[in-house]
Amino acid sequence: MDNISIRIIQPILALILSPLLFGIINRTKAFFAGRKGQPLFQTYFDLWKLVHKGVVYSKTTGWIFRAGPIINLSAILLITLFIPLGHSKAVIFFDGDIFLVIYLFALIRFFTIIAALDTGSSFEGMGASREAQFSALTEPALFLALAAIACGTGKLSLSEILVSITSKFWLSHISIILFVAATLIIVLLTENARIPVDDPNTHLELTMIHEVMVLDSSGPDFAFIVFASALKLWVFTALFAGVLIPDIGFGFWPNLGICVLAVLCVSVVVGIIESCIARLKLLFVPHFIFIATVFAVLAMVFVLRK
Amino acid sequence: MLIEFMMIFLTLVNLIILSTSRLSTCIKVIAFQGIILGVLPVAGGQFDIQLVIFSIIAISVKAILFPSMLLRTLSQLNIHREKKPYVGYGMSLLIGLGAIVLSWWISKNLPLTITPANSAVLPVSIFTAFVGLYLIITRKMALTQVIGYLIFENGIYMFGVILPQKQPLLVELAVLLDAFVAVFVMGITIFHISREFDHIETDQLSTLRS
Amino acid sequence: MFYYSIKIFLVGVFLIFFGGILSLLFWRKQKLSILVGTLGAVSGSILGLIPAIKVLLSGGKESLYIAWSIPFGAFFVEIDAISAFFLLCIFILSIITAIYGSRYLLEYKNKSLAKAIFFFNVLISSMAMVVVSANGMLFLICWEIMSIASFFLVTFEDEHKHVRQAGIVYLIATHIGTAFLLVMFILLGRESNSLDFDKFAAIKLLPSSMASIIFILSLVGFGTKAGLVPFHIWLPEAHPAAPSHVSALMSGVMIKTGIYGIIRVLTFLPNPPLWWGWLLIIVGAVSGVIGVLFALAQHDIKRLLAYHSVENIGIITMGLGLGVVGINSGSQILAILGFGGAILHILNHALFKGLLFLGAGSVVSAAGTREIDELGGLGKNMFVTSVTFLIGAVAICGIPPLNGFISEFLIYTGSFKGLITKQLDLAAVSIIIIGSLALIGGLALACFTKVYGIVFLGEPRSKHAMNVQESSMIMLVPMIILAALCVFIGLFSSITINWLKQCISQIAGIGPDVVSSQILPLSNILIKVSFAAFCLFAAIAILLFIRKKMLSAEKVSIAPTWDCGYAKPDARMQYTASSFAQPLVDTFKMILRTRKITEPIKDLFPVEGQFESSTPEVSRDYLFNPIFRVIYLLLGRLRWLQGGNIQLYILYIALTLIALIIWKLR
Repeated sequence: MDNISIRIIQPILALILSPLLFGIINRTKAFFAGRKGQPLFQTYFDLWKLVHKGVVYSKTTGWIFRAGPIINLSAILLITLFIPLGHSKAVIFFDGDIFLVIYLFALIRFFTIIAALDTGSSFEGMGASREAQFSALTEPALFLALAAIACGTGKLSLSEILVSITSKFWLSHISIILFVAATLIIVLLTENARIPVDDPNTHLELTMIHEVMVLDSSGPDFAFIVFASALKLWVFTALFAGVLIPDIGFGFWPNLGICVLAVLCVSVVVGIIESCIARLKLLFVPHFIFIATVFAVLAMVFVLRK
Repeated sequence: MLIEFMMIFLTLVNLIILSTSRLSTCIKVIAFQGIILGVLPVAGGQFDIQLVIFSIIAISVKAILFPSMLLRTLSQLNIHREKKPYVGYGMSLLIGLGAIVLSWWISKNLPLTITPANSAVLPVSIFTAFVGLYLIITRKMALTQVIGYLIFENGIYMFGVILPQKQPLLVELAVLLDAFVAVFVMGITIFHISREFDHIETDQLSTLRS
Repeated sequence: MFYYSIKIFLVGVFLIFFGGILSLLFWRKQKLSILVGTLGAVSGSILGLIPAIKVLLSGGKESLYIAWSIPFGAFFVEIDAISAFFLLCIFILSIITAIYGSRYLLEYKNKSLAKAIFFFNVLISSMAMVVVSANGMLFLICWEIMSIASFFLVTFEDEHKHVRQAGIVYLIATHIGTAFLLVMFILLGRESNSLDFDKFAAIKLLPSSMASIIFILSLVGFGTKAGLVPFHIWLPEAHPAAPSHVSALMSGVMIKTGIYGIIRVLTFLPNPPLWWGWLLIIVGAVSGVIGVLFALAQHDIKRLLAYHSVENIGIITMGLGLGVVGINSGSQILAILGFGGAILHILNHALFKGLLFLGAGSVVSAAGTREIDELGGLGKNMFVTSVTFLIGAVAICGIPPLNGFISEFLIYTGSFKGLITKQLDLAAVSIIIIGSLALIGGLALACFTKVYGIVFLGEPRSKHAMNVQESSMIMLVPMIILAALCVFIGLFSSITINWLKQCISQIAGIGPDVVSSQILPLSNILIKVSFAAFCLFAAIAILLFIRKKMLSAEKVSIAPTWDCGYAKPDARMQYTASSFAQPLVDTFKMILRTRKITEPIKDLFPVEGQFESSTPEVSRDYLFNPIFRVIYLLLGRLRWLQGGNIQLYILYIALTLIALIIWKLR
């Protein structure tokens, strides 16, 4: 019985807490800018408001545009079932679920991009083009980083990998953990449209990547998109926290508490990063992503040296 | 554990040098490298008085003396960035990755009788030497080439640290002295070249030949 | 009872061929000619499917041997699990493309269609014969017929100059490939004193240098047909030139006969050394990445798809390489996953690439242009084409829950299994596979979102794309069937992988029982993947319902696309395929060497500007052209031999004959 509740609580926490991350990031940025900032629960209010609105569809769009947000949200919901929190088994896990998770992200990307192209807007086309470019470059980095950690632990499923990161493993494989974490944070920033790559709060369509792709979405559709991107941020931060922070060995619930706390801290860190660095020139973004690949390769080198 | 971290930092530092065009960053990074290298002999935990003295000398030369000289030259020259190298920075980083893989492979197959304190020391030392050579080959500015020379020397120095019993400290000190003289001479030369010709790009020196 | 299956198969092949002959006879009556040809192809293929499926499921082999008077030649055909698997791919796609072609060919007005039907049927029957021939001579004959038939199909529209050029490039490439195969068979024949395949397999103790030479020859010879880099240069020329249903057949299965050849040769040569695996993996990785990069830079839809064939052949070759590494290191699971992934990807690629080419054909015949940049908004009028094309696009990107994901999943799992052994060699090849597959995946996604988004979505970019009409049902039904097969394999992968057990066991040289026991955990995993896919569908259905509920009380309105404050947006201002791909193309400009011709806008009030980009084949410009130039220079010195006088040529022939006779009788 306990086992089932352990498994169920993880996606439920993700569903409940994920919109909070945006609030934390925004508050952190506001703090650094000397502002008061929006309420912590602003994203929840936004979602509530959007759900109760009508929709405006562009006359250029067809069924792809309407299907995009739904496929987007359902795929990310499926992914959350694979993401373990607090070094225990996730709801579903099997050997090789890593590939399924990464390719489900690809599914999301595919439909986000074509939904953007469905509007026929050149701005959304531009965002789609950039998204396709950057995500194509992050994929090898993410794969190699996860391969390195899989190689270190000798396991093939996300749940088992994270379960294997005990404090003993952590101490003996510290270099790999650090490199993988470094890769993951860069991938996190890129995939979630955070600042050195993309600015979610800019006022100019020309400079945006992710936000510009959803310019034409409104009402419940936009609520789905916002919720999906919150969940995506949650998934990446949870993965990052799970790799970086070892199992402390007091059972599931303390681990879960630490992990959730860590996820919230990571979003504070993201906020700090966003406050401290400016956005990169678009031409330099591939270099930035390439650094992630470099870390992943280094992790691979260090894991194979024995 | 400590040595492991040092090796990680050394690797990263080398990659930073490969991918930056800012000369002052290069020099600061070299100073950082010098500190790590200086601490390296005593990081294993044995506090031999000879080693401690040696490490103090190494730090003062590698991390303080050389970088400050180079920085001084830099400020006199009024240059901030390397101009177009023969190979671009992104490509250099890629080659750097290749060099890492190669040096790990070499160190795996090198018939060494003694095992170093950490298995990463040997490959990282080879990699450092590679990076130094690479800088000398691909960069155009004399100053960057001096930096390359220093990094190369650092690599050899690390290799020497692995073999503490085999290599008398005297030889090490001699190498340090050698490097010191070299940097000194080059610093003066660069300064004079730039005063004469308004630039320090070595590829243009070949026009002097005829 | 004994020759039962093989006889059914031969009858099927004959039916296909006979249908072709009949259509040639009735060439004056166009409808009738198409009807008999298509009927022959379809009925023959269905007949041929029976023995193929039987052998594939039950294993074992059936053969028929008839002696010939040609030295070393024999009519020796044999269906084993490997042949059966390839026959399955060939016949399935043949049925589909034949039906599609019967309608598609009518687009070509004022052309004699009987020729196209005839060579199409010859192509099918020769491909089927290639994969069952068990004698070197018979194999080469069928191989040549296949090449010639496809050459005539490529040059179907021979009134265009570029088509003739494509045909010549193809002819030269395929014959250079065949030359390598000839040498390979001679070497094999010298070792075994026979050209029968079972004798080849019997020579167990080949000197390793000889085995390696044979392997390299087969890799070059068959690799040319398969389209491995750098021998792929004929592919992007020939596929766009051919009619679409022929492109689908050629890209879907004909290039796979090259892979068949490599697999067959691997079964002749037991105990492969490790470097063969390395070679296959590196060639595969290079083909995969180069293929997808060049695809990204193209704006001709069929040329783009042709480059994707290069990419997928690369993935298949990487799978084979992983299998070879598995055999070499004695790791059975690695061999099974590598070979299993490779052959499943062969089947999958036949399905989705066939589907995509048929979809492209449908687009081309509706809009009358292959330029992606001229199209747009086709999805509104061509609903079925757009949906099936979308399924093909998602499948080829390897995205769950469709079939492309399953085969890549097997290869990924295999390479991760190799990685966690922490043996340096295995880990190194695994890293190469993982890195390149991941890069290919990301780039393929960029490429197919580009194709789908620019062709089917948005507003029409030119008058070509306005008022298009959906193709007729005869063309749509084949596409629907292929799309359904893609979905089926994606959702019921654990069943599919069990069908391939015999074939995997034969390629890997591992007993069927061992394969079964090794596949069992795998198929349990695949069941979980399917479960996840059904969860996805359930979630989609629930969310659809929720959104409907939410919107039932609210207002749903239609408005123009948000124009960001610009007053008069125009359809020509939309992103095009070139602009969509430009950032990635620029990132990889070192490899692609895209040529751009621009006339930038200079004044404050711009009058006219121009931009043009093209990405020609790099290996052609930098590798083959210099080689051929040297050959041309050398052979140019022999030009005096060529007098242009017929008597002189006959004199040469006579002199050669006499010289040969003297040499033989001396």
